[in-house]
Amino acid sequence: MNGPTATVERIGRIVLENVEELGRILLLFLSALSWMVRPPLKLHHILKQMEFVGVKSIFVVVLTGTFTGMVMALQGYHGFRMFAAESLVGSTVALGMTRELGPVLTSLMVTARAGSAMAAELGTMRVTEQIDALAVMAVNPVKHLIVPRLIAGVLMVPLLTVVSDFMGILGGYFVGVHILNINSGAFMKNIFKYVTLGDIYNGLAKAACFGLLMSLIGCYKGFNTRGGAEGVGRATTEAVVLASISILVSDYILTAIMF
Amino acid sequence: MIQLVDIHKSFGKQKVLDGLNLTVEEGKTTVIIGRSGGGKSVLLKHIIGLIRPDRGQVLVDGEDITLLNDKDLNEVRKKFGMLFQEAALFDSMNVAENVAFPLREHTKMSNEEIMDIVRNRLNAVGLSDVEEKMPSELSGGMRKRVGLARALAMQPQIILFDEPTTGLDPVMTEAINQLIIETQRAFNLTCVVISHDIQSVFEIGHRVAMLYEGRIIEYGTPEEVRASRNPVMVQFLAGSIEGPIQIL
Ligand SMILES: Nc1ncnc2c1ncn2[C@@H]1O[C@H](COP(=O)(O)OP(=O)(O)OP(=O)(O)O)[C@@H](O)[C@H]1O
Ligand SMILES: [Mg+2]
Repeated sequence: MNGPTATVERIGRIVLENVEELGRILLLFLSALSWMVRPPLKLHHILKQMEFVGVKSIFVVVLTGTFTGMVMALQGYHGFRMFAAESLVGSTVALGMTRELGPVLTSLMVTARAGSAMAAELGTMRVTEQIDALAVMAVNPVKHLIVPRLIAGVLMVPLLTVVSDFMGILGGYFVGVHILNINSGAFMKNIFKYVTLGDIYNGLAKAACFGLLMSLIGCYKGFNTRGGAEGVGRATTEAVVLASISILVSDYILTAIMF
Repeated sequence: MIQLVDIHKSFGKQKVLDGLNLTVEEGKTTVIIGRSGGGKSVLLKHIIGLIRPDRGQVLVDGEDITLLNDKDLNEVRKKFGMLFQEAALFDSMNVAENVAFPLREHTKMSNEEIMDIVRNRLNAVGLSDVEEKMPSELSGGMRKRVGLARALAMQPQIILFDEPTTGLDPVMTEAINQLIIETQRAFNLTCVVISHDIQSVFEIGHRVAMLYEGRIIEYGTPEEVRASRNPVMVQFLAGSIEGPIQIL
């Protein structure tokens, strides 16, 4: 076979493979859901994952949130100064952070930190037969390994987003008021005038979706690892790439629905 | 009783099991021998439902486990203990927690009771003062013995051993063989053991099964198997290069 037929065939195969993978991810999610509602859930497993995903990500999230807010203030200032509307910098930073940058940047950072680690850890457990050992001991691996990670992802990414939002606004305030000399009262007044609770809630709802995507894809890639150390490396990379893409694409879709 | 009926299993183009039939008698030790890479571990994983056959039945006490869903399979697995070829210890837990794991998951015993059992099982496999070590800090043979202690922790009715003595020194090999024999006798267990060590095979086996080219080609008591005139069997037991078993 040659020329156009071969190309069409190749494209078709790629599409099929991706659809198939999507289906398998969905099946894993459904299976995790069904185990989630079957007691007993081990609280300490969930707490351990929440600590890993949440507590240990605080530092990077604080750092990214703060600097994002600061740079937004800086960029916004130069734009708004042309219209003598410097006091809008505060509300721009706050809206940008709560609606968009808080959830997206937080979940991307958590993907890089925790999603990759989930894929690597489960991948190693897979290739060294530890997941089989769990199954043999009549402990369902989906329930034991995946359910706590999904719960941790869904709960902790929104909480981290709150931290990120807050730090971003704080960073914006610092740059706007203390460095660029915007009037502090006007800065704050505009934030309260333009940012609604709805903006914050929608941002957090997005964050919960991203947290789910991050942990689901990390777990899926780790769980289906094949072939030794190289396979674990491949699974980790694929998890980070696929989770990041999914977060960005679903961000567009969710934004189109919400706002 | 465990029955494997007409099991076929391929990985891609490679046919590993090809119409295999085997009955594992209750309360007896069945040893499976065969060439390296011949599919012994794959066979063992079929018995406990880790691998599903392409075709065929795996009957555990009359129930075909290839048809069960995750939840029912879980129930059947509670009857089993298994030692993996590479031990498969949880590397996030220390030795004591590895052995305690099935007890913590499936019993309501207190921590002291569990730790008593853990020490007892570790002593039985010739290990002491390793409770606090992590699996990565153990030698290969020690890891295998911790895996053995973990498989014995729950006192299951059926135990599957994938090469329990490979990598152990002669004295320890003998000690583990004795442990398998004594435990099997004491609780009238059904054991399936994969072994490459011909001496151990005849020492612990009530039945010996030879896996060759995806089927059981020879099955019987150790005496029967030793007296076999099947050229494959003769070559395998003699460990000779000449014969029907091709090196390449
Ligand atoms: N998950 C798998 N995917 C693909 N091929 C596999 C898989 N598991 C086993 N195989 C193949 O099946 C064959 C039998 O493997 P198996 O591990 O059962 O051998 P074995 O008899 O236990 O050998 P050894 O005595 O060396 O442990 C091998 O050729 C192996 O490559
Ligand atoms: Mg093997």
